[in-house]
Amino acid sequence: MSEPSGPLDRFSILVVDDEAVVRDSLQEWFSQEGYQVEAAASAPEALTALAKSEFDLVIADIRMPGMDGVELLEKIQAEKLEAAVILITGYASVESAVRALKLGAFDYLTKPFDPDDLSAVVRNALERQLLRRENRQLRDQLASGGVLSEIIGVSEAMRKVKEQIEMVAAVDSTVLVEGRSGTGKELVARAIHRLSPRRFHPLVVVHCGALTETLIESELFGHEKGAFTGAQHRRKGKFEAAMGGTVFLDEIADISLKTQTDLLRVLQEREVVRVGGTQAIPVDFRVIAATNRNLEQMVKEGLFRADLYYRLHVFRIYLPALRERPSDVPVLATHFLEKYSRKMGRHFHGFQRAALDKLSSHAWPGNVRELENCIERALVVSSEPVIRAEDLVLGEGRALAPLSGYSLECVEKNHILRVLEEFSWNQTQAAKALGIDRVTLYHKIKRYELKQSAKALSSPEAAVKGTRG
Amino acid sequence: MILVPVGEFPAQLLAELSRRSGLASGPGIDAPQSAYHARRNQYDSTQLLCRLKQFQPGAVMGVTQLDLFIPVLRYVFGEAEMGGRAAIFSVCRLREEFYGLPPNPALLIERAMRELWHETGHLLGLAHCRDPLCVMSSSHAVEQVDTKNGSLCRDCQCRANVLSEERGIALP
Repeated sequence: MSEPSGPLDRFSILVVDDEAVVRDSLQEWFSQEGYQVEAAASAPEALTALAKSEFDLVIADIRMPGMDGVELLEKIQAEKLEAAVILITGYASVESAVRALKLGAFDYLTKPFDPDDLSAVVRNALERQLLRRENRQLRDQLASGGVLSEIIGVSEAMRKVKEQIEMVAAVDSTVLVEGRSGTGKELVARAIHRLSPRRFHPLVVVHCGALTETLIESELFGHEKGAFTGAQHRRKGKFEAAMGGTVFLDEIADISLKTQTDLLRVLQEREVVRVGGTQAIPVDFRVIAATNRNLEQMVKEGLFRADLYYRLHVFRIYLPALRERPSDVPVLATHFLEKYSRKMGRHFHGFQRAALDKLSSHAWPGNVRELENCIERALVVSSEPVIRAEDLVLGEGRALAPLSGYSLECVEKNHILRVLEEFSWNQTQAAKALGIDRVTLYHKIKRYELKQSAKALSSPEAAVKGTRG
Repeated sequence: MILVPVGEFPAQLLAELSRRSGLASGPGIDAPQSAYHARRNQYDSTQLLCRLKQFQPGAVMGVTQLDLFIPVLRYVFGEAEMGGRAAIFSVCRLREEFYGLPPNPALLIERAMRELWHETGHLLGLAHCRDPLCVMSSSHAVEQVDTKNGSLCRDCQCRANVLSEERGIALP
């Protein structure tokens, strides 16, 4: 038998019976079980108690003078009270049991009952109440912007971002999220999806930068069996997989002009043709695209289709870099401190004043992601319950990993990092210099967990080229 | 607190409970007729508690071999006033014979001690515990009594120590 989790004193029970001896013994029984119990001698008295406080469960006798247990049940249903109702009677009758259950009673017991039966019925009822309560809390959380609480920031800029998310979530428009690497573009996309009417359908994420042209076509539009070498089975694309949900196209600037044309057609026609297929398949999805590059500039340079840009640019959300919202740094730092304390099972009280000053004076070229990594690292190295300034490694210290070994793997990692720094993390140019394709480079970056250093991120060249971390 | 037999009770079992619990056993009392329910052939434990309280001014633990009930339940192993001064438990349903099995005096005394401890916990103000091994876990069947390891879990022990000092009721 499953049991309601958590302490039982969170659950409250109202016992309604005109017989004092039954009322008292049930009250005593449930008190000993650890529940909060109140008793009422009649149905009107019970309604008064229900108006004053919320109960999880009402256990009422059917036969009571005046208003009986069934009428009480009807009133509770009519008032839309959350309490589950278990009816009891000393006179077993199939008709009354069926009527009670039809009216919405959770269960029906005949006196005297077996202690085990009573215990089981009450636990089942409370378990359902617990699920209802959780469900309501989740709904409330959604309604009150609980989703937005994941987007941390007290600055005016972030307040505006949250407002925009709420505004655009309700409508079905295409959204373009712009912001430097590490500012939380995917978090924004997820928040929009979770607040939108499409939230009960999938959110499909496509990291466009990680895929070659052939792969991205197959990923987005799907393919028919035998469409190309290795296509052994028919496969649905991401737009089909979204099935009424949202497709988040991250690093949209990295798709080729040909894919841009195909994507534009899908956005216009709302149907896809799988690679190697001929049949148009209707699709229903919303697009949220994100980029860390200046798409408008790319349009001017002929690198991005103007018509696609305007189709994506229906609603634009700009995520400010962390240095543009310094008041968010301590808030974010505390958030990550709590997050990683929980994860590591350790307890940290907070930051020393000097540590906070150090965090506030840093430029954060890697944005929130850099701050998060910095805090996580500080928690790993700190042996004190308070994070000190010396626990925080910023900027230059992360520029280049020291030669930590002589294995080929180690040398390769350092070499790739050096080349990436050389080309300001422009992966296309770095891959060319390394003599490998961009996808291989992407996988190696992932595998070695390479991260953009502060130096490269803050270089003016990097800003223009729009580096990726 | 004293141990008071209600109705006929085997002297040897009473002596063993007294020895193990360290509670002195007082003179027994008869179960009042008003507590007897002829149709059920059981005794109303709440009424027996009232009788015990009239009989003994201080904390009292009644022990009986009569089958107990409260009006809404088919049977109870025992009953106690939460944070009060009177409790009672029955060995009737703790006997193997009740379930058609051969007598097992050693098992009976173990079960009776768990019930004694359980009801004392209620007298102190302890509610039922979620840990099935803790003596304060609720038992609606004798198998659940047997599952308990005969002592309090750490949480209940901490609470019991505080309450015991406050209430002046020693744990068995």
